[in-house]
Amino acid sequence: MATTTKQSRSQSLAKTATYPLDWLEERSGLIGGVRYFLFRKVPGDTGWWHTLGSATLTAFLVQLITGVILAMYYKPDVNSAHESVQHITNDVWAGWLVRGMHRWGASVFIILMFMHMGRVFLFGAYKYPRELNWIVGVLILATALFEGLTGYLLPFDQTAYWATVVAININGTAPFVGPYLASILRGGAEIGPDTLARFYSIHMLLVPGALIGLIGLHLYLVVRLGVTSPPWSKDAADREPEPEPVAPRSGLVQPAPRAAGVRRRPSE
Amino acid sequence: MEVRPGDDRPQLPPPSIWPVGFAVGIVCLLVGLVVSWWVAAAGALLALIFGFFWIREVSTGRPQVSGPPAGEPATDGAPPIPAHEGEAAMPEPEPGERFPRSRFLEGATLGIGALIGAVVTLPAVAAAIVPGFLRQKAHKVDLGPISDFPENQWKIVTFIRDPSQGEISRRTAFIRNNGPLNGVPDFTVISNRCAHVGCPVQPGGPVFQQQEKTVTTKNGKVLITPVLPAAGFICPCHGGSYDQEGNRIAGPPVRGLDRYDFAVVNGRLVLGNLYSVAKVDGAGKTAKIHKVELHGPGQHVDGPESWLYPVQPPH
Repeated sequence: MATTTKQSRSQSLAKTATYPLDWLEERSGLIGGVRYFLFRKVPGDTGWWHTLGSATLTAFLVQLITGVILAMYYKPDVNSAHESVQHITNDVWAGWLVRGMHRWGASVFIILMFMHMGRVFLFGAYKYPRELNWIVGVLILATALFEGLTGYLLPFDQTAYWATVVAININGTAPFVGPYLASILRGGAEIGPDTLARFYSIHMLLVPGALIGLIGLHLYLVVRLGVTSPPWSKDAADREPEPEPVAPRSGLVQPAPRAAGVRRRPSE
Repeated sequence: MEVRPGDDRPQLPPPSIWPVGFAVGIVCLLVGLVVSWWVAAAGALLALIFGFFWIREVSTGRPQVSGPPAGEPATDGAPPIPAHEGEAAMPEPEPGERFPRSRFLEGATLGIGALIGAVVTLPAVAAAIVPGFLRQKAHKVDLGPISDFPENQWKIVTFIRDPSQGEISRRTAFIRNNGPLNGVPDFTVISNRCAHVGCPVQPGGPVFQQQEKTVTTKNGKVLITPVLPAAGFICPCHGGSYDQEGNRIAGPPVRGLDRYDFAVVNGRLVLGNLYSVAKVDGAGKTAKIHKVELHGPGQHVDGPESWLYPVQPPH
């Protein structure tokens, strides 16, 4: 008698604790979605090489957070931009640290992205059915490099100014559209006050927005298509080969049958 | 989620006083913060007590009241008609009817949505791009009296091209007074922007920094420094070199240095707009300058490569 009371007491306690999660799950399905994302199946022989993508994402998140903090102190104006960067470095509490994280983290982000790209290339992870994700990844790379270009002007010292002059003029030598491309980048015929504000806006609003969207698409495809085994994988060698893609009927979009081992819901 | 009997029909919470009291308590608390600490304390107490009982009621599993069963028609006792029997709820379109209502509504939604999107987006995007295509205002830069420019001497002159933009528009020119031509003083005015990728070229010879002179004009401070560019002009970035007329003699530049238009107004030297130079024959006041429209650095202005840059944006 006493034990049943105790059991029902602990049961109701557990129920109370999980009630908010249950409430959320019943109304949004978010808990199941997060569990599906975090606890999806991956091949058993994935290793450290497969963490480079997550590392790149982490570097990007560091850039986002430190960038938001820097924007609280930075002044995108030709007469005060350089002083405000000096102010961040020398006066703002831990400003040197946040600026350093953003400045060096930018290189880390790009380097990790290239390492991730090399891993995908050498493992052959760009092959069917993941070609589209390679293309999205290349778009992310180009967008991130543009982020680096626009961010380089913001300290507004001699290096920043002349590097941007050279970069814009190199764009200007592109055939036919080049002169106009350079004019659009400068926001006029000459580098002036508008150029700095324009680069700031592109650097902190336009390109990060595009990057977040592209990274979301990249992750969606990773989750949908699953992770590849390394090329030396014995598991993958024993696995039945992925079926040839079915030629779709002409004029119709037809979902191809799911390849074995490519994606499996936890419930299956 | 555990499966409970009766889950197939909507569950309505039973009437309960606890959330009401909790809400009253919160209101009392917030009003009390402004009015009086006693009201705030009473409100907090009320919210705590009612909140506790509300949580207890929710967590101990109160009796659920079943609402009306889902999907059951209000007819008394008559069994529902299976979906595949009887007439279709929405009649088939008439044979001659080509645009059913649903098709029209679909098109209207997409079309109006696209229209609103375009009206909102296009002006905003244009505001970002158009400034690069607008005609720039002409700059006239007063460099002060020509007595500061003795005949046949080179000067490095830095000036603010657009006072409304301030120091960011400070530019540098190399200026030499060539002596009178047809009774009017003639100048060679070379821009320091390298024709490779736009770095600032430096004079190949001594700069007499201690003889720098500051002239204040309506364009602000103009700095005039004597220089002897015996080896012409050299770019520090990638080693492009030019002779004293700005002709390219070595390195990666694709043409000569740009020049400024100039005029002598009331005995003062006034610079106008920039133009590009294909090449310069001769030297000094008798030089023949092959003048073309201003091009960006790195863009060819003569030969077949110039066909790659047929139209220049306004400058």
